[in-house]
Amino acid sequence: MAKSKSAYSDPGKKGKLDTHIIVVWVDNEAGVLARVAGLFSGRGYNIESLAVAEVDPKRGISRITIVTTGTPQVIEQIKLQLGKLIPVHKVADFMRGDKKIIFKEMALLKLVGNTSKRNKALKVCKKFNPVVLDKTQKSVVLQITALRREIDTVMGDLKKFGLVSVSRTGAVAMTRGSEIFK
Amino acid sequence: MSKLYTGAEIVFKCMEDQNVEFIFGYPGGAVLPIYDELKNHEGIKHILVRHEQGAGHAAEGYARSCGKPGVVLVTSGPGATNVVTALTDAYMDSIPLVCISGQVPTHLIGTDAFQECDTTGITRPCTKHNWLVKDVKDLAKTIHKAFEVATSGRPGPVLVDIPKDIQFQKAKYTNFKKQKKLNGKSNNRFSQKDIDKLIEMMSKATQPIFYTGGGVINSGPKASQQLRELVSITGFPITSTLQGLGSFPGDDNQFLGMLGMHGTYEANNAMHDCDLMINIGARFDDRITGKIDEFSPKSKKVHIDIDPSSINKNVKVDLPIIGDVSDVISLLIKTIKKNKPNFLKSNKENTSKWWEQIAKWRSVNSLNFVNSDKTIKPQFAIQRLYELTKNKDTFITTEVGQHQMWAAQHYKFDKPNRWMTSGGLGTMGYGLPAAVGVQIAHPDKLVVDIAGEASVLMTMQEMSTAVQYNLPIKIFILNNEYMGMVRQWQELLHEKNYSESYTAALPNFVKLAEAYGCVGIRAKTPDELDQKIQEMIDIKKPVIFDCLVDKEENCFPMIPSGKPHNQMLLGPNDQEENKITGKGKTLV
Repeated sequence: MAKSKSAYSDPGKKGKLDTHIIVVWVDNEAGVLARVAGLFSGRGYNIESLAVAEVDPKRGISRITIVTTGTPQVIEQIKLQLGKLIPVHKVADFMRGDKKIIFKEMALLKLVGNTSKRNKALKVCKKFNPVVLDKTQKSVVLQITALRREIDTVMGDLKKFGLVSVSRTGAVAMTRGSEIFK
Repeated sequence: MSKLYTGAEIVFKCMEDQNVEFIFGYPGGAVLPIYDELKNHEGIKHILVRHEQGAGHAAEGYARSCGKPGVVLVTSGPGATNVVTALTDAYMDSIPLVCISGQVPTHLIGTDAFQECDTTGITRPCTKHNWLVKDVKDLAKTIHKAFEVATSGRPGPVLVDIPKDIQFQKAKYTNFKKQKKLNGKSNNRFSQKDIDKLIEMMSKATQPIFYTGGGVINSGPKASQQLRELVSITGFPITSTLQGLGSFPGDDNQFLGMLGMHGTYEANNAMHDCDLMINIGARFDDRITGKIDEFSPKSKKVHIDIDPSSINKNVKVDLPIIGDVSDVISLLIKTIKKNKPNFLKSNKENTSKWWEQIAKWRSVNSLNFVNSDKTIKPQFAIQRLYELTKNKDTFITTEVGQHQMWAAQHYKFDKPNRWMTSGGLGTMGYGLPAAVGVQIAHPDKLVVDIAGEASVLMTMQEMSTAVQYNLPIKIFILNNEYMGMVRQWQELLHEKNYSESYTAALPNFVKLAEAYGCVGIRAKTPDELDQKIQEMIDIKKPVIFDCLVDKEENCFPMIPSGKPHNQMLLGPNDQEENKITGKGKTLV
């Protein structure tokens, strides 16, 4: 067992780290993102990715989707601490890999090269709903939607086909079927 | 059309609706319109402090001693940054504060204007919530909500930042409507089932203990009454955290004294060996638990708390009960009386061995110290202060350090809201301004700040406030010329390398008192102590009492860093075999 710097916590008993997707419904007001992000940094939780946008303009509700890792105890704390923030309406928590949940990330990929390279690139992306957003004589901008590690793989595969720039979003999540999270 | 009010008028209308009587504050450019309006509101008295940190602590003292939220008014920039320590202190100790700060006019925000700072950004992590009001139409609603957030659930500080132009602009005043819930966040989430389960655990327990904290005090005086009833109908022993002192009588036989790093031998050992721990309104703070993986290894743990995020934060519990302490205890008592009228009788047998064990621990007499007839021992000074003030309904505040722990150990409280100390943040300089706030709330009561000479110098300027408002606070300084707790740790952990913990060139506190226009008293020997303390009590003016105590006395008992509850240091002779090693040293 590695020696801990602090005797208050015991690293030997540290639980396994799980990746969770936390979805937070908040009032879309000034500073709300800083409150949520500040809570994570202030308490030493980590954010893998973050996606935020208003989803209910009438009521002014934004939906924040955060991918984070932590022990079950830390994940529980994250949810409870988020729940205490005044502009937070509700907090949902999904395990990555939960079959009932759809996760998606989007990426924009810019490829520079000849037609054959570009066609090969499109083939690599085929599984991930590629959309050509822009095309010139020597370049193409593709949009794909997939899981995080799928995009990681695609990025690796595309290197040899002239990938020069990538822009990615954080993950968004939704439950399958007719049910919604209350 | 209804009348239009300026932003500054709206601030006062809100405070009148919230029954605010006192504001602790300090004027400046960005709050001048609010200060201009002050003269039109006789029902609200402004207390001018000498530093904004003092305003914050005074408001804390006020809030803790009377249960109402404390109100602070400061200007932008340095006014706001100076109050940050007090806000953080209130956040850690769950004290309701409403801080109103001025801000530069809206069109100057973001331009690095004179006395501009990002107040809501700076105070975001040390308030429950804060608001920058950018439209005068939102002002009334915001201030009322601020009071509601500060006082509901687990109380805490809030801040409303009001740009100067908003203070001049006009709007209609919207009346205060009490909302039931904040975004659907209600306090009580427990059911009869939880209570039944708790009672089942209680009736099976043979080594039970109540571990109570500041949540009982925050739940109101009724909660303390109910706690007394609960303890008496169960016959269980009870220990309290630093913040919970006063919720249960300190001289009662079922009370084991304070627990934790400087808690009693019996309280800590009982926590370690118990089979049922019922935490009521405490938060398993690291000063309480010591080494967390050896914390009370054999017990089932029940946690009653209003804040769901306190549950399982530091210690995993078997039965969480989320709710207001008073509501939980009252249902608990009702159910016990209904279902188990003979609880106490049947329980006496169950716990008789436990009480025998506790008596053995008690006989160690862990708060004992070797008294002297030549120098004043700090513990002795507190004991004498207690004996001479105990019949007066005295309010005690403290600074932070050895004197604070000695006060907690040797001053016995029997009522809630009489003990104001900075526990969570550990803010040196808290006690003097807090005493100002307490005296404002209770003008006819005896208010004593048990202080250390190092701490008290941090906010000494507030003596001037005390003199201005004729507040007869007593600053009882245990003067050992050291930052005593720092010195003690250096002695125990750093081979007596007393690095920077001695204060050379201390002021003459008696002359300092006179310079402020109050009274200075000095006690040098044990035999003159009683008479001098009596003199202090009898003077109807603020007093600085310079009590020269043993310079090298250490605060015992003590759980050394990184040790569990059952490995306490009981006194100076106990150190050798219990030396703090390697990893304990890195802890604070």
